[in-house]
Amino acid sequence: MRPRFQLLDNALIERIVGEAFQLIEKPGVRVAPYVVELLLGAGIRVEDGVAHIPETVARRALESVPRGFSLYDRSGKPVVRYEGDQVHFDPGSSCLNILDSKTEQARPAQAADLVRLVQVTEMLPQFAAQSTAMVCNDVPPEIGDWYRLLLVLWYSEKPVVTGAFSASSLHTLLELMTIESGGADELRRHPRAIFDVCPSPPLNWSEFASQNMVDLARAGVPAEIVSMPLAGATAPVTLAGSVVQHAAECISGITIHQLAQPGAPIVWGGAPAIFDMRTGRTPMGAIETAMLDVGCAEVGKYFGLPTHAYMVAGDGRLIDAQTEMESGISAALGALAGINMISGAGMLDFLACHSIEKLVIDAEAIASAQRLIEGIEPRGKSLATDMFAVTGLTGDFLKLKETRALFRQEQHFPSAIVDRGLATMDETAPGVLERAQQRVEELLSFYQRHPLAADREQEMIAFAQREGRKAGLDGLPEILRPEYAPEPGLI
Amino acid sequence: MPEDTYSEMRQSIINGAPETAAGLAQEALATGVAPLDAINNGYVLGMHDVGEQFARGQMFLPDMMASAEAMRAAMAVLEPELTKLGTERPMAGVVVLGTTKGDIHEIGKILVGTLLTAHGFRVHDLGVDVPGERFATKALEVGADIVGVSALLTTTMRNQKGVIEALEKAGLRSQVKVMVGGAPVSRGWAAEIGADGYAKDAMSAVALARQLMEQKAQAAAKEPA
Repeated sequence: MRPRFQLLDNALIERIVGEAFQLIEKPGVRVAPYVVELLLGAGIRVEDGVAHIPETVARRALESVPRGFSLYDRSGKPVVRYEGDQVHFDPGSSCLNILDSKTEQARPAQAADLVRLVQVTEMLPQFAAQSTAMVCNDVPPEIGDWYRLLLVLWYSEKPVVTGAFSASSLHTLLELMTIESGGADELRRHPRAIFDVCPSPPLNWSEFASQNMVDLARAGVPAEIVSMPLAGATAPVTLAGSVVQHAAECISGITIHQLAQPGAPIVWGGAPAIFDMRTGRTPMGAIETAMLDVGCAEVGKYFGLPTHAYMVAGDGRLIDAQTEMESGISAALGALAGINMISGAGMLDFLACHSIEKLVIDAEAIASAQRLIEGIEPRGKSLATDMFAVTGLTGDFLKLKETRALFRQEQHFPSAIVDRGLATMDETAPGVLERAQQRVEELLSFYQRHPLAADREQEMIAFAQREGRKAGLDGLPEILRPEYAPEPGLI
Repeated sequence: MPEDTYSEMRQSIINGAPETAAGLAQEALATGVAPLDAINNGYVLGMHDVGEQFARGQMFLPDMMASAEAMRAAMAVLEPELTKLGTERPMAGVVVLGTTKGDIHEIGKILVGTLLTAHGFRVHDLGVDVPGERFATKALEVGADIVGVSALLTTTMRNQKGVIEALEKAGLRSQVKVMVGGAPVSRGWAAEIGADGYAKDAMSAVALARQLMEQKAQAAAKEPA
């Protein structure tokens, strides 16, 4: 039996859905001019920039959403399945700072940091997908979104969770994905990336978000709604009330998206959080934040839709007991809730900072969560009596052939990050941070980059140089392939 | 004026009771109490208590918002009377507030504005998605002492620097202190972009604004006449 964690019963989900449908009609949803014509064409009333979406139109849109779709790796193999209770994890995204492993202080992230993180993520089977995890401070801000995607595509073969920073730059990112995929049709057939799109709470599809939704739908590239109600600040203080708002934002977003292109892939996702009434911060590691994530995903599952949540992030400023307690609890709950893509690993300090060392520790929490959802399975004809028939009351199970045959299925073996007594046989055994640092170096030492086909690489480089020059970028940080440099000193 | 009434005024702020606060203000005026006495001996002490209780973790943001609303209600009754008398509540400073360009989040900024107002600052809130030039224009127009710039996103916090540049371009930087805040913002970031201060939350923003006003006063005192 697959273990499950459920917070909402069916009656409460139906109340949530009922109120969400009411909200999208009254007070309605703020939308951008870009989508007004589309909505009017579907018979939706739009007044003063506010769309009043009838339940019948929204329900039709919900019905046309694919119940499942895949993201593909570079070789074209489907490796992430957004459907049902499939669970996958990826690192948190778009962070400006990194916790420096030497100084243990946060500092602005550089392209080299992102590359290290991507390489470590590539080596960890716990992460089915990469994310465009950091904003590289050594790259001009106006090209920050596509440049981080370029680095991820360059150093990884896994699928990517990404997103644009503006309405117009989405097209640059899509162009890059098209080159990498070998054409727009191939990108549509075997998408390697999914794009996060965030409505602004409460109930506002800004110009940027509205346009991204429509353009992604028309390009046939998967979109992931990241609705972010902050309970008590930009959303009702009650968890149930915030889940209603999340549902209303997702349903209205899906309506826009499906009107633009019925059947285009989209995910019911979010990064909800509570608003701490002492500090005004939004703790991602709070148990109520995890409860919001699970509750919101349950509503998406009620509609049979693919789901996403932002979990596994901790709020401590350093890698410490608090940060890892929060991350571990959150990873287990997200997995038990059967959320298709769980983003957030590696992040700390209220999403303000990334840490590669935390990422490898989180990978252990994720591995435990992945083991947890495998559940307790009956193996063999009897559960225990056949084994007792051999051992009697001697307690000598270690010698049994069943023990040898089954222990690998029953027990997960963590890396040396988890202290199971292997590394602490003497008094100078390293602490968890040092063990994490060693693990990072170990993973990096095994990493090997697999180049793309030469013509595709050249096309990506030419694209990056052309777009980079527009923003005054001199060279391509961290893409150290001098043979591609058409001018001396360019790279 | 009996001390009991001052104490009720103080308590009305702690309780976050706008109707009581306004009612007590009206009663005070009817019985000939000087509005400035009501403010200084009653309501302001209430706001101080609220600040202290918040710092100790005994009051929370919704309580503080309610207290600020009670303060606003009392001031709405007392300020016209102050004007009539030709007196003014000593003003703590003039602040121009806004959320940086490209960012439409404002809950933190509203909290800061509400608390600064409750603590005697005159606040001009420019709203959200505000370009640097608008901060500079408004600062010039109202003679701002402080410009406060909020940003919630890692991608928009960079625009806080643009506000400082706009103030420099307008020749205002030496007269205007800049404070920055928002979820991704840190003390280090504030220093990096050349801001004068960083506040991690709304209550610290009030303390920071007072500190910046003191710095301004000290600098002015040192200047040759």
